[in-house]
Amino acid sequence: MAAPFDLKNDGVVVIIGSGAGGGTLGNELAQKGIDVIILEAGARHEYEDFINDEWDSFAQLAWTDKRTTSGDWRVAKDFPNLPAWIVKSVGGSTTHWAGASLRLQEHEFKTLSTYGKLEGANLLDWPITLADLEPYYAKAEDKLGVTLTNNIPGLPGNNNFKVMKAGADKLGYKECHTGRMAINSEPRDDRNACQQTGFCFQGCKWGAKWSTLYTEIPKGEATGHLEVRPNAMAIKINHDASGKVTGVVYADKDGKLQEQKARIVAVAGNSIESPRLLLNSASSQFPDGLANSSGQVGKNYMRHTTGSVYGVFDKPVHMYRGTTMAGIIRDEARNDPSRGFVGGYELETLSLGLPFMAAFLNPGGWGRSFTTALDHYDHMAGMWIVGEDMPREENRITLHADIKDEHGMAVADVHFDDHANDTAMRNHAYKQGSALYAAVGATRTFPTPPYPSTHNLGTNRMSEKAADGVVNKHGQAHDIKNLFVSDGSQFTTGGAENPTLTIVSLAIRQADYIAEQMSAKSI
Amino acid sequence: MVTIYEKKPGLSRRELLKRGSVGALLVISGSAVISPEHAWGLQTSALKPETMATLIQMARDIYPHDQVPDKYYAIAVKAHDEQADKDPAHKDLIEKGIADLDLKSGKDGYTGLGWEEQRVAVLREIEDTPFFQAVRGGLVVGLYNQKEVWPIFGYEGESYSKGGYMARGFDDIEWL
Repeated sequence: MAAPFDLKNDGVVVIIGSGAGGGTLGNELAQKGIDVIILEAGARHEYEDFINDEWDSFAQLAWTDKRTTSGDWRVAKDFPNLPAWIVKSVGGSTTHWAGASLRLQEHEFKTLSTYGKLEGANLLDWPITLADLEPYYAKAEDKLGVTLTNNIPGLPGNNNFKVMKAGADKLGYKECHTGRMAINSEPRDDRNACQQTGFCFQGCKWGAKWSTLYTEIPKGEATGHLEVRPNAMAIKINHDASGKVTGVVYADKDGKLQEQKARIVAVAGNSIESPRLLLNSASSQFPDGLANSSGQVGKNYMRHTTGSVYGVFDKPVHMYRGTTMAGIIRDEARNDPSRGFVGGYELETLSLGLPFMAAFLNPGGWGRSFTTALDHYDHMAGMWIVGEDMPREENRITLHADIKDEHGMAVADVHFDDHANDTAMRNHAYKQGSALYAAVGATRTFPTPPYPSTHNLGTNRMSEKAADGVVNKHGQAHDIKNLFVSDGSQFTTGGAENPTLTIVSLAIRQADYIAEQMSAKSI
Repeated sequence: MVTIYEKKPGLSRRELLKRGSVGALLVISGSAVISPEHAWGLQTSALKPETMATLIQMARDIYPHDQVPDKYYAIAVKAHDEQADKDPAHKDLIEKGIADLDLKSGKDGYTGLGWEEQRVAVLREIEDTPFFQAVRGGLVVGLYNQKEVWPIFGYEGESYSKGGYMARGFDDIEWL
């Protein structure tokens, strides 16, 4: 049974956000007998409520509260109030994610040492190594049921994958397969196998794709130690004179402000909302916001170097049928500066339905150049580029000076400029993707610009030294020992891999640390 | 709700010729735009029917799909009439925008230009205006989110109720 805890209960761990980080941390702590409240800004929609319709689903799940943008990225021009395509709902962006579950590579934990100093990039080594995280990656892969790990078979390749694989073979790529996906290829963990329905981004109606909504959260609730409070928008974290956090002020479903007392607070609201909340919690003792003595809160915003390549063929593909992202090429993920950039990128199958293809293929585009592309929608194949982008101090989340949300909280501004390395990598990937499709007979290819960000990272970075970042190697704030960051905002650098598996692994590791520290009474 | 209704033209050829006609396809009758050939009509409430007819042509010129009938473009721009009904500023934006488009197009107006290229040249002149962006932006959802047009593009839409594509061709590609 889900335990309803009292607002005045100051023995609980309060987690803000119920996605990959918050949802996992909540369950892990609850399994250890620790009382947890998860405050989730969004409503609770169970998986049978999900909608196989792109715009209707967007209205149901997406975080559409106002945000502003600045910088030279094209999203700022085309979608000025939608910098990110992430979720406001119980389960967070694990309802929307594609399921790709890759470990970061060893060198990606040591980017400053590996790539050296790069002008305009705020590179830093993580305070942990791949070896530190490996045992937790193993636990996370088992928890998520990642295909091609733990003897779980890969998903069958759909039409879009078959086109990618044929092109990969022609180009001589060696590592192309349908893994590693947190989507059941056979029934597991009381969840269905994938039925090749498509609409992975709209929430899996079969529950075949892992989401905290129907795994971690109900499992945590069953212990009696976890309460998920939906429609609870965190506004401010309070602290006492000793500098320890004491509770979280949130707007409840009626917009009324409440304060939930806490022994420990863990922030897991995604890389835009988490720094927004820390900055908005500024006080006379912490005038620049909580945990911000380094001045790094909100900085080093990363979104992965992304883009898509779509190819049109003279025969049908029907790329939208089946799993959206079960297909990957890993050959370009290595660090090989001879290509003209540091770091690497993955190529992953992707498709959009006709409504979103019209919105995202070339935002603002019109006329026959645009429409003849859509005319061949059912003859299209598609892939997504996801590569490591450079952290930059200038790329950051700030509180907007004038615009406030319905609760009077300043909205977040998201500033992003591409680093020259990002641009070089994207152009390389566009060329490879186009060559791949041309090799299988594409008559036309489209280098499609990045969508609003789905991988938002780095704005409360982890660092060895307190002066370089916001949290330590356990995600614990350098400045405040009972304040934690539990989402992708703690990434020191982004790696080339989809971040969810790493977020989950860090959350499992953090839960062990919090439990230890609690029993040692040090927090 | 979009009020598009099937309508038999019921007009003689002579009557048709007497009334104002737009291009070769759409006829203005009272407060409606009618397609005599395809038996549909669109009633306007705030915008002039002539404005609506020009908007339909403009919509097709912005997102030309020769296989998509006018009816779907009409449905896509109908929202501007509904919004104009509620918001005088929007009515002004559209009416003035269309008037300006006609002015820039010469003595026979926008729909008097016979070739798409000629009309597109005029649209290029105004593509940064709020009017153009309102029409184009509205079409992205208004046109492409109509379930009835999806099959024209080979998009099958919702699939959960059919059990997904497991047994319906998720891997049926044969030409590779």
